[in-house]
Amino acid sequence: MPAFYVSGDSVARAVGAEEVVVALITHARGRVVPLEIKRTSSRGLYWLEPLLEVDTPQGRFGFGPLTDADVPSVLEALKGDPSSHPLALGLVEELPYLKTQQRLLFARAGITQPLHIDDYRDHGGFEGLKRAIAIGGEQTATEVFDSGLRGRGGAAFPAGIKWRTVRATEAAQKYIVCNADEGDSGTFADRMLMEGDPFLLIEGMAIAGITVGATYGYIYVRSEYPDAVAILRNALEIARSNGYLGANVGGSGLAFDMDVRVGAGAYICGEETALLDSLEGKRGVVRAKPPIPALKGLFGQPTLVHNVLTLASVPLILAKGAQFYRDYGMGRSLGTMPFQLAGNIRHGGLVERAFGLTLRELVEDYGGGTASGRPLKAAQVGGPLGAWVPPSQFDTPLDYEAFAGIGAMLGHGGVVVADDTLDMAQMARFALQFCAEESCGKCTPCRIGSTRGVEVIDRMLAAPDQGGRDEQAIILKDLCDTMQYGSLCALGGMAPFPVVSALKYFPADFGLQASEAEQ
Amino acid sequence: MPDESLHLSVVNSLLERHKGSAGALLPILHDIQERIGYIPDTAVPEIAHALNQSQAEVRGVISFYHDFRTAPPARHILRLCRAESCKSRGAEELAAQLRERLQLDDHGSSADGSISLRPVYCLGACACSPALELDGQVHARLSAERLDALLDACREDA
Repeated sequence: MPAFYVSGDSVARAVGAEEVVVALITHARGRVVPLEIKRTSSRGLYWLEPLLEVDTPQGRFGFGPLTDADVPSVLEALKGDPSSHPLALGLVEELPYLKTQQRLLFARAGITQPLHIDDYRDHGGFEGLKRAIAIGGEQTATEVFDSGLRGRGGAAFPAGIKWRTVRATEAAQKYIVCNADEGDSGTFADRMLMEGDPFLLIEGMAIAGITVGATYGYIYVRSEYPDAVAILRNALEIARSNGYLGANVGGSGLAFDMDVRVGAGAYICGEETALLDSLEGKRGVVRAKPPIPALKGLFGQPTLVHNVLTLASVPLILAKGAQFYRDYGMGRSLGTMPFQLAGNIRHGGLVERAFGLTLRELVEDYGGGTASGRPLKAAQVGGPLGAWVPPSQFDTPLDYEAFAGIGAMLGHGGVVVADDTLDMAQMARFALQFCAEESCGKCTPCRIGSTRGVEVIDRMLAAPDQGGRDEQAIILKDLCDTMQYGSLCALGGMAPFPVVSALKYFPADFGLQASEAEQ
Repeated sequence: MPDESLHLSVVNSLLERHKGSAGALLPILHDIQERIGYIPDTAVPEIAHALNQSQAEVRGVISFYHDFRTAPPARHILRLCRAESCKSRGAEELAAQLRERLQLDDHGSSADGSISLRPVYCLGACACSPALELDGQVHARLSAERLDALLDACREDA
């Protein structure tokens, strides 16, 4: 009997993968040859989950999305022509959604079993660490610099500059901190990577540690991701017992070890300085910069803080070289980006492509339009602080600078699609309400401005006439301006993005006429 | 209200376990909540003493983070995602259904202690919205019928 593959990813299980496995086991009872079921990571083709894959001489053949009730007929179909089953997908790697992707970071997604370190090694794992040890710290930092890698958390700061800064700073203790507080709604790439390929993140952090001279690291994971926490903790043990962490990392003679810390439901802790305070056991309050964390970070020591995807990009850059990585992307946005299609979308999932494809290709070609079948109204790109982009701007290439050029941002690559029934005035109100709820309270524009913003929108929507609404619109835009330019961090500084974009492109939802909103 | 002093031995053993660990307040609070179900008020002076911090600092941290509770939780905790992706797929209608059926507001707990409602902003299941988390288990691609079935299951074991 060939091997069966079902994802153990938390979202695959949230839509019934566990029930499919139970049905497989039940129906296989009494067989002479026992069924082999491997629990892999997810391919990220979430609209096809629960996805069952079966080994064939040509490759893995898929069925999905399945329910437990489909299992007997699938097993029956496998005795003859599997393509005859109504939920047969053919060879999974030939599916256009997957085949046209450029999976560098997610090369192992859906293929390997997350906690099998041999599986990881068989698929290129620890090659980057090996090369980093061989070429030494100076050359490793240069490779990262030359690759053009930029911080994937949203700010897109050149990673190599941070590496060189921390490396050049003398201190008794330095730290690597992985920001895995993926609080931006509409994003799930960090979760997928931590649940699905934990050794990749560990390898990236180990390379970072031995390169910049940090001997200890923390992964700060949001508490909403308990599966990721459990998998990472297991993976750390395994990596340690295999000599990839500890006093002699991969035989380098250098020490690096790390721990997993769990957040406690505060969105602001995704901001790097608030995260550092939280790691120190304090309220997650944003720090004023300078000093930058690379000089004075965790416990006042030089600290390299990166998002999950940034650190996880490093092993590949080392294994294949900076030039290989630079060959992907456009302009100053180099490499690949795992975009996440979410919301009202037919084919929700993860699409890793080089920067430069358009939002339209992403939403229409990959996403297949809205799930409801209704007209597409807008897409919010880059999380709750990202702008709502109307279809008229969908031909913008997905590139940091191009998006900044239209008053939007790529952020962490999340794309939430909405159909024409979503009320943009309510979404604008929600953005400010969310900001009010999650503000750390340190700076006034964010703490007070967000609450006042909600009140202004409420007054606007309740205004009896056009004049009253126009008056509130002016106040709202003024307030957004103050928040954008006067806040200490990106929470208050970017919460106006969804508000201003909603106001600009969907004035009717606020009871405004187009001309006034444009002013 | 149970006698909170009974929890002190648990609290002290957890404090002992984290001794010497840098910045350990969040891990300590998580561990206490996991073992006891919430952070009893009697734990605060013990934590403050062990970490050489003021009680105000410890209370400040407890109140800052949404996750920490200072009273025993209901038997079931249902956290419906209310972020953009789930909103675009009908999360607000599901929230209304919850309010209606349980006669609770978005942050409410039922009088019989069977269920607590909490909003959550993103469970990372955005490709399969709408989603909720019930007692730590994520359920996605929700419909009104599935939500009803989950609530029925909560009620049955009450």
